[in-house]
Order: sequence, then C-alpha cells, then structure tokens
Amino acid sequence: MNLSDREKPKIFDEMHAANGDIRPAYRDYSAWLTDQSLERLRQKHAQADLLFRRLGITFTVYGEDEGGERLIPFDVIPRIISHEEWSVLERGAIQRVDALNAFLHDIYHEQEIIRAGIVPAELVMTNEAFQPQMLGLDLPRRVYAHVSGVDVVRVDDKTFYVLEDNVRTPSGVSYMLENRETMMRLFPDLFAQSVVAPVDRYAEYLLRSLQAVAPLGVDDPTVVLMTPGQYNSAYFEHAFLAMEMGIELVEGRDLFVDSGSIFMRTTEGPKRVDVIYRRVDDGFIDPLAFNPDSALGVPGMLSVVRSGRVTVCNAMGTGVADDKAMYCFVPDMIRFYLGEEPVLQNVPTYSCRKPDDLKYVLDNIADLVVKEVHGSGGYGMLVGPKASKAERDDFKRRLKAEPDNYIAQPTLALSTCPTLVEEGIAPRHVDLRPYVLSGEKTRVVPGGLTRVALKSGSLVVNSSQGGGTKDTWVLEAPVVIEEEE
Amino acid sequence: MLSSTAENLFWMARYMERSENTARLLTGLYHMSLLPARRGAQAGLWEGLFQSEAERNAYLAKYDAFKTDPVLTYMVLDRENPSSIRSCVWSARENVRATRHVLTTDMWETINSTWLDIAKTNYADMQDMGHHEFLEWIKVRSHLFRGVAHGTMRRGEAFEFWRMGVFIERAENTIRLLAARAHTFKPTGPISREDTATLDYYQWGTLLRSVNAYKAYREIYKSQIDPRRVVELLTLNEEIPRSVMACVEEICQVLEGLRPRSRCFEQSRDLLNRLQSARIDRVYRTGMARFLEDYRAGLHDLSLQIQKDFLMIQ
Repeated sequence: MNLSDREKPKIFDEMHAANGDIRPAYRDYSAWLTDQSLERLRQKHAQADLLFRRLGITFTVYGEDEGGERLIPFDVIPRIISHEEWSVLERGAIQRVDALNAFLHDIYHEQEIIRAGIVPAELVMTNEAFQPQMLGLDLPRRVYAHVSGVDVVRVDDKTFYVLEDNVRTPSGVSYMLENRETMMRLFPDLFAQSVVAPVDRYAEYLLRSLQAVAPLGVDDPTVVLMTPGQYNSAYFEHAFLAMEMGIELVEGRDLFVDSGSIFMRTTEGPKRVDVIYRRVDDGFIDPLAFNPDSALGVPGMLSVVRSGRVTVCNAMGTGVADDKAMYCFVPDMIRFYLGEEPVLQNVPTYSCRKPDDLKYVLDNIADLVVKEVHGSGGYGMLVGPKASKAERDDFKRRLKAEPDNYIAQPTLALSTCPTLVEEGIAPRHVDLRPYVLSGEKTRVVPGGLTRVALKSGSLVVNSSQGGGTKDTWVLEAPVVIEEEE
Repeated sequence: MLSSTAENLFWMARYMERSENTARLLTGLYHMSLLPARRGAQAGLWEGLFQSEAERNAYLAKYDAFKTDPVLTYMVLDRENPSSIRSCVWSARENVRATRHVLTTDMWETINSTWLDIAKTNYADMQDMGHHEFLEWIKVRSHLFRGVAHGTMRRGEAFEFWRMGVFIERAENTIRLLAARAHTFKPTGPISREDTATLDYYQWGTLLRSVNAYKAYREIYKSQIDPRRVVELLTLNEEIPRSVMACVEEICQVLEGLRPRSRCFEQSRDLLNRLQSARIDRVYRTGMARFLEDYRAGLHDLSLQIQKDFLMIQ
C-alpha cells in the first residue's frame, strides 16, 4: 500500500514511517493485514454495519420519522498506540484533568489564580458557563469533572497536541467499548495472539468514581444516570452505561425533590438518590434555577445540590474550564496548581481578544483555523486553507466585529491512519479522545475514541460532519524478564 | 424498579402480544375470505374488523372498500394506523429501547431485527412471500421474542411486569376475537339446519385454528363445532393458553407475587371469580355480547388500577 505522493513528505502516518517501514506498534497487525483480501475486509465492514444496526448503536437524527436513526461509520482498521506513547498520553491527560479540577475548585472558592494575575477575572466571571450558584460550595473530594474527554491530535513522532478539553458531559465512550466488542466479534484471530489492553473495565471504574463522590455519610449510595430521554442523540450510550453499571436510567420526570432530598419514583414507592451522573446540560437540569422551559430537569434540584444532599456529576458550572478561551491558560493552570510542566502541549493559539493576535490572524487567515470560543461539533469554524476568498472575508468581518468570540490556530498536519474507503486502503486524518475518570483517584482506561475524517484530505473528524470511528488499541508493555541492576 | 420502567415493560409486552394477535386475527379472516362464497360467508368479513365508528372512519379516509388487499395493507403495514402490526412492532421496540438497560441484549436484538425487517417490507414483498407466510412470520417473531424473554430474563420485577402485559393483552384480544362474532349468536335453539352448521363450522373452526385451539376442541368435546362450546373453551377453560381464564389466572399470580395487598390484586381476584362462577348456558341466555363487553371493561379497569398502584400514572 502506498501513500499518495502529495501527502508523503509532511504528514505523520501512524502505520508507515517516512521511509516506508512499518512502525513497531503496527508490525503484527500489518503482517496480518497483508494476508487479508480487500474483499474480506469489505465483507467484515458490512458485517460490522449490520452488527451496529442490530445492537441499535445509532444516533437519532432530529426531524425524521422512525427511520431517523443513523450509524456512525465504523472503520475496521484499528488505530494502534504503543505502550510508550500511551504512557505519555496517560500521564498528560491525568495531569490536565487534575489541573482543571483544581482550577474549578479555585474559581468557585478563593479564586487565587485570578488574584495571581494568571487568568483574567472577566474571562471567568462573564463566561456563560460560569455558575454563581456554585460559589462557596464544597464538593466531595473537590472533584468537579468526574468524566472528561481530552481531545488529542498527533503531528509528528514526538508531539501530541491537546486540541480541546471536554468537561461538561463528554460523550462517545460507548463507541470506545462497542468498537472493541465489534472488532473482537469480527476478528477473533487478531486478539487471540495480541497484547491489546482491554477497555471493558471502564464501566466498573466509572461506577467506582461515582460512588466515591457520594455525599458525606452515605454508605451505600444509590447512583443513577440521568438522560434527556430516548430521542436524545446519545441515548444509546446512556442506556448502555446504565446497563453496564447496573444502575437506573432516569429522566427528569422520574425524579422529584422532597424534604431536601431527591427521590425517584419506583414501583415500591419513592427511593432516595445520592449521586446523579447526568447527561443533561446545565441549562436544563433545574427549571427553577435555569431554563424555565426545560421539561428535562427536576424542579428544585439545585437547592439539593447546594445543601450537599446529592452529588451531580459532572458538577454544574464545569463548562467554564473547557471553552476555547480558557484553553490557552491550561498549561499555566498545570504550573500554578500542580507545580509541574505540562506533559502534553497546547496547540499554539491566538486569542483574537488580544490586539496583536487579532492582527496576526487577520493577516494570515489563509493558513489558520479560526474557531468560535463557544462553538462545538465542528460548527462555527473556518479552515483557512480550504476556504474560499468570500468565506475568509466573511470571517474577517466577524472577527473584527466580535474579536472576543474567536481564537485561531495553525492548520495542523493531523496524523493519518490507514482506513478502508471506497478506493481501497488509504490514509485518513485521525484524532483521539481518551476518557479520564476522577473520583477516589484520577485514571484513564487504556484506549479511547479515535475519530477519522473519511473524506480524503479532510481534517474535520466530527460525526456530524462525515467523520467515522476506529477501534483504538493500546499495546500492553511487553513482558520482558530483565535482570536487576 | 422505576415506575416509568415498569410502564415501558408493560407496554412493550402488550404491543408485541398485540402484533401477534392481529396476525392471528388476520390469518383467520384471510382463510375465510378464501372459502367458497356460500351463503354470504364473506359478507362483512373484513368490515367486521373495524368495530368502532372511529376505526371505520379512519380506514375509509384512506381506502374506499373493505377488501382483502387494502385491509391487509392497512392492518399490517400502514404506518399511520396506530394498530397496524408495523406500528405495534415499532411501539414495542421503542419501549424496549427505553428499558434496554434492564433487559437482556438478546431481547433487544430480537425485537430490533424484527423491526428492521418489517420496516423495509412493503405490500409487494408481502404478496411475494404470501400473506399466510408473512403473517406466520410475524407470529414466529413474537414466539421468538417471548421465548427469549423467558429464557434470558432474570426472574424479578421486570419479568413480572412483562408477564402481566402479555396476559392482559392476550385476554383482551381473545375477548375481542369472540366479540367480533357475537352478533351471530342466536340466544336459543340448537344448531340444526345443515347450512348454518356448515357456516358455523367454517367460521368457528377458523377462529379456533387462529388461536391454536382447534385440536383441543376436538379432544375435549369430540363433537361438531358449536359456537357455544367454542366460547366456553376460549373463555372458561383454564387449560387453553389463550383462554381468558388462563390469562386472568396468570395475572392473579403475578399480582399476588408483586403486591398481595393491593387494589389491583383484589380486582384481579374478582375478575377470576367471575369466570370461575360463570356457566356457559347462563351466559348465553343473558347475552354473550354483553358478557364479553362487561368483562372487557373489567380488564380495562384492572389495567388502569395496575398503573395507579405501581405509580405509573400520577
């Protein structure tokens, strides 16, 4: 298999070194792959589609009738990460989430990082995601982000950049688990001899983290997962995780507040709830405190949170830590709270609210990716090199009108990974989201969600924009018998 | 268990059971439509399916005559008809989807693949396969789902709510099946005239077959088919799995296990007593149609009381 010449010189391929050698992590897999016919791979691909559809691993497309369930394309060629690479990613992701949790505790308490002049006060206080109701509230173990997704991309053999942090209600972990399950069903022979680290303990770790942050004095906490309902696009994941953890999957209408606690309606009467792993956004969680039109939430929930009688995971108001304006400060947070140097680097970022940066962005817009500070899902974004002159001019106007609302980054040469597409096996750009759990300790399950841009040359991996997913293999450390020094 | 989960399980079972019962009903009618057109056996055959004015109107808004093809299209595949088999399977599947965290993966996969198959079926496909074969397939998928539920579910609350849904729905369906023929009952008189007997044989024989009770009838009564005995068999005989008596016994058992001191359990006992003390000749004299209608109403009230007692409705 050859990479196209155009892409050969600059872009890092996960499987092939520049000189055409197979990288060590892929050696076994590559040997196996050369024995496979394209036809067999396509057959397996079709089988995977069928499996996903039968399992109902679909996301809902709004506004369509009962047929409105789509699959996120799954690629049968895994993305493989060596043990050494993983240990860097793992340390880096844990460090980052620890710093973000420390930051959240700080800004809802003494705000030392603001007093130290590191993070500007107005970035915090005027942030839409900042929740004044959370001020002064002590959370169990000081954890705010219990589940975080750290989006990482690779640009060369040594450099991983963190693209963004997700500490609100990050989703996609069911794909990490189901992609593996599917791969094992499709290619059992591959796993029989390999050293791929298992991911299936995720749910157990998640439950342990949630139990660890129960309100003080609760011994055997009742944990529930709160979903906006079965027509939410991530409903499959909610049901899947509830099932894996053996906890109730509740909607707002199943819960109510009574004498200072939260209860769920059960066939045997009301039952108290201690920890809520919510997959409902802040704005919808309590119609009394936030969005009065929300039918998804529980009236009065916030007051119970404030009295410490229930723990909501992730905590309300975590969004202040993961928007794109705050992103620039995460390396400083790591230094400030942990006294360490960041293991993973940020992508060099221009904050358009700074006049010098704005000028640079306007002058070099053709080489940059411009993003809305609060945007997500690949929307509200300009990819300079791919955009037309008219699109660039339009963004320039928007930048001048609302500079605070934008950041810009150089176009990254995201690494590619061999992917089965119509033309055969071809390199496609990928990113990676490892999932970090915080409770009694902070940990990452070895693996994550690899998203792949299926269109040739495309850098947008979001599923809403034609991205697919791959199984992510982290190779375990080889068992080497070494002599003691 | 969450009350809303119990509700979903209850309805999941009801919709799945309903799809099977509709398939049974349609199979019976379809067979009758193929019989030699003697003495008006076909007259009003399909029309009889639409027992209420509202149902008739909904049908006539889309189709102009009660004939095999349009009626089967409407009752099997029409997505706008909430009681079509397709709609029932969809509703069952959505209720499973809402509770799949308490169900086994096998249950979800079974119902989901049934749904995926039926979703892509059109009338031409059904004709290709043959009406009988297609309806048979629906029945088998329902058997499969029930078997999977039985073979994989933990014996706990979820299982009991599923069972309850199955038997309430089944009891109602058997009553509906009989009620559809209630107008042909003659309060007195033996079945003497030869042609009436032939017609009865066809009609009631088909009905018995559609609930797999034809052989049982022959074994138990060892005589020609008498509507009165058919009704007796399908309401009062506890040995027939689709008889009202058998279903109500199951419901009582479930409720006794779940909540022995509850209004709904009491009501289910009353319903059972009514059947146990009923004698077919007396029922016949007082009016079959009325008996069936009263009993249907009793089951409906029980269903509401269950929903109240388990907090499914507030």
